[in-house]
Amino acid sequence: MFSEFLQYLFTGITIGATYALIALGFTLIYNASHVINFAQGEFLMIGGMATVSLTAMGVPMLLAIVLAVVLAGVLGIALQRLAIAPAKNADVVTLIIITIGASIFIRGLAQLVWGKEYHVMPNFSSEEPIQIFGAVLNSQSLWVLGVGAVLVAVLVYFFTRTLTGKAILATSMNKDAARLVGIRTQVVLMLAFMVSALLGSVAGIVVAPITFTSYDIGIILGLKGFVAAAIGGLGSGMGAVVGGLALGVVEAMAAGYLSSDYKDAVAFSMILVVLFFMPRGLFGAKVVERV
Amino acid sequence: MFKKITRRASKVAAIAAAGLLAMNVQAADPIRIGSFLSVTGPASFLGDPELKTLEMYVEKINKEGGVLGRQLELVHYDDAGNASKARNFASRLIRSDRVDIIVGGSTTGATMAAAPMVEQAGIPFISLAGAVVITDPVKKWVFKTPQTDRMAAERVLTDMKERGLTKVGLISGTGGFGSSGREQTLAAASAMGGIEIVADETYGGSDTDMTAQLTNIRGTDGVQTILNFGFGQGPAIVTRNYAQLGIELPFYQSHGVASDGFLELAGNSAEGLRLPASPLLVPESLPADDPQKPVVEAYKTEYEARWNSKVSTFGAYAYDGLMLAVEAIEKAGSTDKAAVRDALESIQGHVGVTGTFNMSPEDHNGLEAESFRILEVQDGGWKLIN
Repeated sequence: MFSEFLQYLFTGITIGATYALIALGFTLIYNASHVINFAQGEFLMIGGMATVSLTAMGVPMLLAIVLAVVLAGVLGIALQRLAIAPAKNADVVTLIIITIGASIFIRGLAQLVWGKEYHVMPNFSSEEPIQIFGAVLNSQSLWVLGVGAVLVAVLVYFFTRTLTGKAILATSMNKDAARLVGIRTQVVLMLAFMVSALLGSVAGIVVAPITFTSYDIGIILGLKGFVAAAIGGLGSGMGAVVGGLALGVVEAMAAGYLSSDYKDAVAFSMILVVLFFMPRGLFGAKVVERV
Repeated sequence: MFKKITRRASKVAAIAAAGLLAMNVQAADPIRIGSFLSVTGPASFLGDPELKTLEMYVEKINKEGGVLGRQLELVHYDDAGNASKARNFASRLIRSDRVDIIVGGSTTGATMAAAPMVEQAGIPFISLAGAVVITDPVKKWVFKTPQTDRMAAERVLTDMKERGLTKVGLISGTGGFGSSGREQTLAAASAMGGIEIVADETYGGSDTDMTAQLTNIRGTDGVQTILNFGFGQGPAIVTRNYAQLGIELPFYQSHGVASDGFLELAGNSAEGLRLPASPLLVPESLPADDPQKPVVEAYKTEYEARWNSKVSTFGAYAYDGLMLAVEAIEKAGSTDKAAVRDALESIQGHVGVTGTFNMSPEDHNGLEAESFRILEVQDGGWKLIN
């Protein structure tokens, strides 16, 4: 009985950590521009697919990961320069729609370059699962959790301790005022897109051994990541992690104890409940206070 | 004025040319084979090898002198997996292209959308899609080449019974293929008797972890074996979770994952699992006296030599469809639609890649569940069990 509960919990944490990592990418661009970047899922896909195809070409795993992350970063800059910057005076909704268009474009390109098949990436460490009290945990889940924790810490440090991070926050709070005090807001935006592309691709690489990867993986995972970010309160790194884990654990518990048919319904009802009582999400209130 | 004259002149010329052409080729008027396939879009893994197969064999048959001394002409449209497009193209094939027979319809949706038009127009139609609804109840003009999911379910359950496994835990995807497979498995189990579905779990097409469902099945009283009916990457994740959880029960998958791509995704975790599949996956392990062996081997070699890519089960459906059409036209001795239809319905012992077809007025598929071979994954490859 206990081992079953533990198994559902581990499953939930595995799924949840994946969602959390993706949700983190959304928070950064949201913080900088209040734009929800729906191309975030595509950075995820680029990370995973580029790593897989580079390793298939004989590049060592570690180098392949670095190259994939760099590629995603370049794409992030290109996205901001070529799609977002020309429409800099448009309002946020228009920019969000632009990111949706960009995501369709990137996906189409990836389909042409890499084809439509699913690909595998080996676990970073052992393929053997870890046994705890009769339940098993995929060792890759620990990587996802660990990388997630490191990224959160780095993000918190970046936003509270560095000038660039503060510049990003300032730009998000008031673009005109930020420009008045000498912040080059377009550069800040470009930076935000680049960093969030890096973040997205790292997430895509770490979760690929669990989820497999293909040209369209970004739609599904991107959407779930966005939901997790919304539960946690958009813009909060901590919120993204808690929202992701909560979503994952609720899904797994519902599949285990209720019925697998209803697991998505339960997860989505949870969003309704959370957003009904806390419209800014679990951790969103802090942002409001700061403003 | 001048424009008008030229237009009229060109019209006259066109008519004259057409008349000349008609007179010239009266004897060797090509036989027009119409097709609509999902060559692009989400079902392109079906339509792409199907189109390649049709193109290559129409070419080959023409080089060998055609059918009834006439050349074949393939008229093809891409429905991109969209049922309403499929319906439009079917109508175009019938009304404006005036084809003699249709071989196509990669998905069940496309096939079912086109079926009413085909019935109305009275033109023989060989579908390449799987679901049982296409030929049950029988439609006068509609035939199909792949086995139904019902047969896959029956084949798996029979194999389980032979191994003495009678309590089955079922896990299926919620997509079209998985949910239809689930219904057919439940129906087949209650029709066969002596075998019981004790657990019934599902997962979404985009889920990334199925450990919770598998843990539930493992905890079910008396469960002796597990069957996964699904398509795409889901079954590969189920297989990996199965291995991670260390479940020792015999494990079955459906024909939906019978491809080398699945083995690559599932890796080591797939060791020992069984599934029903086309003999196309294991041509070399077929016994020498198997009537399908030469057909399967020839198709595989020719396809791989021509396209330089791995042969797929889905392309084989198109091969069988085209060959059935050719045999029916030869038997009918003409392209008269009613005669070809009657000939199709009376085809007996046609050895194809998918199986041996025995058509009848009650059965427009003509395959037995036994045409599925049970394969087991051993040392990262397929092994023929029976």
